[in-house]
Amino acid sequence: MREALVEVKQLKKYYPITGGIFGRTIGHVKAVDDVSFAIRKGEAFGLVGESGSGKSTTGRTILRLTDKTAGEVKYKGVDLHAVSKQELRRLRPSMQFIFQDPYSSLNPRLRVGDAIGEALMDHGLADKSEIRERVQEVLSLCGLAPYHIDRFPHEFSGGQRQRIGIARSIILQPEFIVADEPVSALDVSIQAQIINLFSDLQEKKELTYLFISHDLSVVEHLCTRIGVMYLGSLVEIAPRDELFARPLHPYTRALLSAVPIPDPRLKRERIVLRGDIPSPANPPKGCKFHTRCPLATDRCKEEVPVLRLADSDHQVACHLV
Amino acid sequence: MSSIVTETAGLAGTRTGARRSSLWRDTFAKLKKNKVAMCGLVFLVIMFLFCFIGPFFSPYASGKVNTVMINKPPSMAHWLGTDNLGRDILTRLMQAGRISLTVGLAAMLLSVFIGSVLGVVAGYYRGVVDQIVMRFADILMTIPGLPLLFIIGAILSEWKVPTDYRIYIVMLMLSLIGWPELARLVRSQILSLREREFMQATESLGLRDHRKLFFHLLPNTIPILIVVATLRVGGAILSESVLSYLGLGVVPPTPTWGNMIDAANTLIDFQKRPWLWIPPGFAIFATVISINLLGDGLRDALDPKMKR
Amino acid sequence: MTNALLTIDHLQTHFFTPSGVVKAVNDISLRVREGETVCIVGESGCGKSVTAMSVLGLVAEPQGKVVGGDIRFDGVDLLQLSPLEKQQLRGNDIAMIFQEPMSSLNPVLTIGEQIMEPLWEHLLLSKKEARAKAIELISLVGIPRPEEIMNAYPHQLSGGMLQRIMIAIAISCNPRLLIADEPTTALDVTIQAQILDLLREIKETYNTAILLITHDLGVVAEMADYVVVMYAGKVIEEGPVLELFSNPRHPYTRGLLQAKPVIGQRKKRLNSIPGQVPNLIGLADSCYFHDRCESCMSVCRLKQPELKQIDDGHRVACWLYEEESGLA
Repeated sequence: MREALVEVKQLKKYYPITGGIFGRTIGHVKAVDDVSFAIRKGEAFGLVGESGSGKSTTGRTILRLTDKTAGEVKYKGVDLHAVSKQELRRLRPSMQFIFQDPYSSLNPRLRVGDAIGEALMDHGLADKSEIRERVQEVLSLCGLAPYHIDRFPHEFSGGQRQRIGIARSIILQPEFIVADEPVSALDVSIQAQIINLFSDLQEKKELTYLFISHDLSVVEHLCTRIGVMYLGSLVEIAPRDELFARPLHPYTRALLSAVPIPDPRLKRERIVLRGDIPSPANPPKGCKFHTRCPLATDRCKEEVPVLRLADSDHQVACHLV
Repeated sequence: MSSIVTETAGLAGTRTGARRSSLWRDTFAKLKKNKVAMCGLVFLVIMFLFCFIGPFFSPYASGKVNTVMINKPPSMAHWLGTDNLGRDILTRLMQAGRISLTVGLAAMLLSVFIGSVLGVVAGYYRGVVDQIVMRFADILMTIPGLPLLFIIGAILSEWKVPTDYRIYIVMLMLSLIGWPELARLVRSQILSLREREFMQATESLGLRDHRKLFFHLLPNTIPILIVVATLRVGGAILSESVLSYLGLGVVPPTPTWGNMIDAANTLIDFQKRPWLWIPPGFAIFATVISINLLGDGLRDALDPKMKR
Repeated sequence: MTNALLTIDHLQTHFFTPSGVVKAVNDISLRVREGETVCIVGESGCGKSVTAMSVLGLVAEPQGKVVGGDIRFDGVDLLQLSPLEKQQLRGNDIAMIFQEPMSSLNPVLTIGEQIMEPLWEHLLLSKKEARAKAIELISLVGIPRPEEIMNAYPHQLSGGMLQRIMIAIAISCNPRLLIADEPTTALDVTIQAQILDLLREIKETYNTAILLITHDLGVVAEMADYVVVMYAGKVIEEGPVLELFSNPRHPYTRGLLQAKPVIGQRKKRLNSIPGQVPNLIGLADSCYFHDRCESCMSVCRLKQPELKQIDDGHRVACWLYEEESGLA
C-alpha cells in the first residue's frame, strides 16, 4: 500500500443558521460531520453522494478554500488548517481545485492566456518571457489550440472552458487535484472528452485526484478507490472493483441500482428508496440513513454506526454488516 | 467552414462563430442601435470640439474688454452679442465650456478613483476596514450635498483663495461629496463578485491580494462604473454651475457656464438682454441631457439582461 | 397499431437573434401513438426542448416563431387554434412537466390551491370535489400525509416532492398526452428512480402517451418505446428502442452510446466524439455532423442526407446508408 498524500481526520464543517431579531445562531447545518479518510499518492479517490451529502464541502475544506469547524487535514504531513497564510500560499500551486461550473469559474474579463499564466507569474515560477510559451504548451496538452491564448472565455463552449480551467491548474505542476463535479455540467459527448483528459493527465503527470461526483458511472470509470457519502458522513469506502462487485452498505446498493443503464434489454431488480433525503440542518438520529433504509432496525434509530473495516481495505458504517 | 476532422477538440471553431468579439465592440454595436443615446453622444462630441477647438477660430480673446461694445445684441461681428464688459459671448461660452467640462470630468474621475478604491477594499476585506470606510461614507451621505458645498464655498471666500486655485478646489469639493455613493455601489458589486467561483479559483491558485483586487474584482465592476461615471459628469457640471452661479464656485473673471448666467441676475438683463443668459443656460441644459441620454444608453448596452 | 395521437410534420421553429437566424428546429417530423412513450434524446442545443415548446405553443415570441410545418393532435391542427382553444387543450388533453419544478410553481400559493386550480378550470368541479380529488392525486403520486401537503408552500418541499406535485397537476385532468421536458435532470439518482417509476405507472394505468425529452440515454433505455435522436435541430435517427440501442446506425448515435460511461462496463478509454456542436447560425448545406464524424465522406460536406427508412421502423439520415436503401 502506498503512503498517504492527504489524510483527513474527523473533519467537521458546520454552517450556522441564524434567526430571530438579533441574528443569534439557532442551529447548524452539518455539511461535513466527522469524516475521516486518506488519499494515497498516485491514486484517484472518488467521492460520490447525492445533493446535500457534503461531498463538495469536504473537497473545499480539504484545500482550505473554506475554514474547517473541527478536525484536521494533513497534506504531506502538514496540517493545512494550522499553517500561516504565507505558508499556505507557498503550498497552493502543488494542490489545485477544478470547479464544476465552467461558466462562472473563469473571470469573464481575463484573456485565456492571462487566466492560465497569471498564477505562474504571481508565484514567481516562471520568467515573463517564458510564460507565453508555457501557456501554449499547456493549452495543447489540454486539447486546445495555441491561438486560443488571446481569446476571452465567452468565446468558448462549456467543454472548452472546462479545458481552460484544467489548464490553469495543470500549469502550476500540482501533485494533488480536487475536482468538484468537473463534468456534470457538460453534454455526454463532451463529458467523455474531459474524462479522457483527466485520465491522460494523471498518466502523464503522476497526479493524485480527489474526484467529486454524483455520477457513479463517471467515478467508476476514473477512480481507483471510492468513498460514498450520505448527509455529511462517509458510509462506505472501498477499492473500485470491490465496491461495485460487493457493495455492503444498503445506501450504496440502492444508489448503484438507481443509476439508469443505457440498455433496454436489461431489466434489473431495482431497490427504490422511500422518501427524500433529510435536511442536513436536521439529520435523523442514529444512523442517518435509517429513515430510508429498507433494512432498518430499532438499533439503527438509536445508535450511530461507525466506519469500520469490514474486509481488507473495505470500510463500511452499518450495524447490519 | 469545411475543416478537416481534428483529433484535438475545440479546433473546429467556437460557439460565437468566427467573429472575434469583445465587451467593448459588443457594447458599441448595441449602443449604435440606440438612436437617442447616439444623439447624445454626437452632441457631446460636437460640444467638446466647440469648446476646445472653437476658441482658436475666434477673432476675440475671451477676457478682452471692449468698452465701446457693451451689452450689444447678436450681430454679424458678435454672433451671440456681448456682455456688460463688451466681451464676445460666443468666445466666452467656449472658454466657459472648457472650464465646466473639465471640472465635470475631473471631479468625476477623482470621485470614481476614490470611490472604487475604497469600495473594493471595503468589500474585499470586510470587517473593520469595511466598517470605517462605510460609516465615514454614511456620514458624508447624511449631509445634503448642496448645503455642504455652500458652507465650503463660503469658507473659501472668507479665506480669500486666489481665483486660479478655486477651480481645483471646486473639483475637490465635488468629488468629496460624490465618492460615497460610488464606494457603496462598488462595494455591493464586490460583495457579490467575491462569492463567484472564479474568485474561489484565485484563492485556490494562491494569488496575492492585490492581484485579486485589481485584476479580478475591479475589472468586473467597470461596466457599472462607466454608467455611473457618465451620469456623474452631468451632475458635477450642474453642481459646479449652481455654485458658480451663487458666486461660491469658480468666480469671474474665469468664465464658467454657471457664472455666465449669474451675469444676468438683474431684472433688466433678464428681460431685455436674453443673449446674456440663454446661451450658457442652453449649453448646460443640452450637455447634461446628452450625458444622461448617453448614460442610459450605456446602461442598456452593458446590461446583459437587456438583450433585444 | 393504434392511431397517431400527436403528429408533427416538417416543423420548423426559428429564433431571430441579432447575430442571425437560429434554426433551432429544422424540419422535424414525428408521431406519438396512443399509450406510447416516445423519447427525444440529444445534447443541449439540439432543439429537443424547442420541439416540445412548439407543440405547446409556448415558443417565446417575437424572437422565436414556428415558421413552417404543422402539428396535429388527434386530427386538430394546433397551430391554427386560438389562444383560448390552445389554453383549453393544454392541461386538459395535453399536460406538461418541466425540468425545474421549483420555478414552475407559484411560490405564494399553497400546493393545494395550485392542484385545485386546473380542476376548477377544466373539470368544472365544485370546491369540495376539487379538494377531495386533489388529496387523491397527491396520494396517488406517492406523497404521504396529503392533507398536510395541501397547505404547504412550494419552498417547504424538496425537489423530488415538487416534481411529484407537478406530475399530480399534470395528470389531474386525465390527459391523453404528457410532455415531460427533462423531468429528472435536476433530481438526485435515487429520487430520479422514484419519478421514473411513477411515470411508468401512470402510463400503464391511464394509457397516457408520453413525449419524454432527455439527454440521458439511461433514462431513454428505461422509459422509451420509440426513440428519436436529434442533432443540431434535425432528427438524425429514429427507431423502436430495442432496435436503436442494439443496432445504432448513425455515427452520432453510436458515438453517444459509446461516450457514456456505464457501470459494470469499464473501458480503458471512453470513446469520445471530437469537436463541438456546430453553431446553428448560417449552417451550410451539409450533414451537420460531418466535421465530428469519423466516417465523413466528401458527399457529407456537400449535401444534407435525408431521413430514410432502412429497416422496419428504423430510419436514419446518413449518407453511409444511402446506397443500401437505394438498392433495396
